[in-house]
Amino acid sequence: MFRKPENARMYWKQFMLQCNDIGIGSLGIICIISVFIGAVSTLQTAYQLVSPIIPKSTIAQIVRDTVILEFAPTLSCIVLCGVVGSKIASELGNMRVSEQIDALEIMGINTKGYLVLPKILAGLVTIPLLIMLAMILGIWGGRLAGTAAGIIDPTIFDTGLKMAFKPYNVYFALIKSVVFAFIITAIPAFYGYTVKGGALEIGHSSTRAVVVSCVLLLLADYVLSALLL
Amino acid sequence: MIELKDLKKSFDDKAVLKGVSIVMSDGKCNLIIGSSGSGKTVLMKCMVGLLKPTSGNVLYDGADFVNLNDKEQKAIREKIGMLFQGGALFDSQTVEQNVMFPLDMFTTDKYAKKRDRVKQVLDRVQLKEDAYKKFPSEISGGMQKRVALARAIVLNPKYLFCDEPNSGLDPQTSMVIDKLIHEITQEYDMTTIVNTHDMNSVMEIGDHIIYMHQGEKEWEGNNKEIILSENEKLNQFIFASEFLRDAKAMRTIQETGRIPESVQGGIKDAMEEKFNMDIDKDGHIGAPPKGNVPPKE
Repeated sequence: MFRKPENARMYWKQFMLQCNDIGIGSLGIICIISVFIGAVSTLQTAYQLVSPIIPKSTIAQIVRDTVILEFAPTLSCIVLCGVVGSKIASELGNMRVSEQIDALEIMGINTKGYLVLPKILAGLVTIPLLIMLAMILGIWGGRLAGTAAGIIDPTIFDTGLKMAFKPYNVYFALIKSVVFAFIITAIPAFYGYTVKGGALEIGHSSTRAVVVSCVLLLLADYVLSALLL
Repeated sequence: MIELKDLKKSFDDKAVLKGVSIVMSDGKCNLIIGSSGSGKTVLMKCMVGLLKPTSGNVLYDGADFVNLNDKEQKAIREKIGMLFQGGALFDSQTVEQNVMFPLDMFTTDKYAKKRDRVKQVLDRVQLKEDAYKKFPSEISGGMQKRVALARAIVLNPKYLFCDEPNSGLDPQTSMVIDKLIHEITQEYDMTTIVNTHDMNSVMEIGDHIIYMHQGEKEWEGNNKEIILSENEKLNQFIFASEFLRDAKAMRTIQETGRIPESVQGGIKDAMEEKFNMDIDKDGHIGAPPKGNVPPKE
């Protein structure tokens, strides 16, 4: 996989293409999920915090930390497992079955380096960016829902956001997102690249890729939380 | 020159190639024929390096491809073009981009020069310009094969491999593809290896034919010799249909003046009764017909 590229410009082009597919292609779904996750978090937190001695700003704190620590990286990445993972597995699977990978190999192209590596690198670059966006939109969605439902005043929400903020939580989320990005791209790439058979096997490998990467993602989530928090 | 020496390939315990030795004819169309499961696809995959043989050698101009390092293999691969059974065109690229891909990857030419070369090879495979911007899914199977052929020859390869070039095509389009392969082989002075079980191809373009049977080379010759071959397994393969058996009988009569034993019954009776011909018990024709002989009233 790590051989010298036959033509660096073509590899760069492929990398940019994958950044577009993975990053820009997933932007819409990530925006929608994040806003709703934040909104629901605010409503459910407010529903559970009934004690009059707990200040309203606590809602903002809880929403902020849950979105940053868990919802934005983990939930978004589980969705990306389905969106990006199945696309990678089926794309490579189709290329394998229709002999497109063989055609590249016969041309003397390092197919793992040209087809798989740019996908992994594009994931490592774009997924953390998507997660950062998910954090911002999640918190904004929470603020919007709190205000719209009359649960919390926006200024109190903003005050709550600044209270006891730990920048480490953001670093932790970004570390998670990098690990998740690797899982989301590498596992489906493996299943797609090694598929044998026809259309049915492409479907099977795509499903297996999504399931395995989801499980590994949850496992990695637990391990990273246990190690880093 | 491509030479195979005692090439063997097994999958688990199943031997698919059982020691195949062939010398491919330079600058000619070499056809590997055989029924399904005879090992011809595995043989071709071993030759181009998609499969590693269990033992034996694949020699390109004396260099053993199997035992070369990555860099040396790459140098040989740059001399190889391959036309795949399904075309193997890149779905996400247009016809023009597909053909330009090897040029983009392996040359530093300017875009205009690459576009000229692409046009040249697409013209050569008789593809009109209105198809250039179409995606593979938008063109017919025959056109896909022609695009794949154009992509295979765009870098002027020394060796052209074609895996079942006629699969899925109607007889007329198959003949067009066969003709193109044969003409391009001569024009580019390439050594072409075609994997097929299409008898039309065998008769049209078979400069050198290798018949594979159960993982072994059973027969070798050319398209003139194959029709008169006495090899029983080869005859079972190529003359599977009555039509082809009759064709062989007619060719044998033309060449030898006698009706082959295997088909004496029907043809002998027909010739005696309908064409009033004198045929002895060994099948020798006393008076071969010249021109149209009126049938007996």
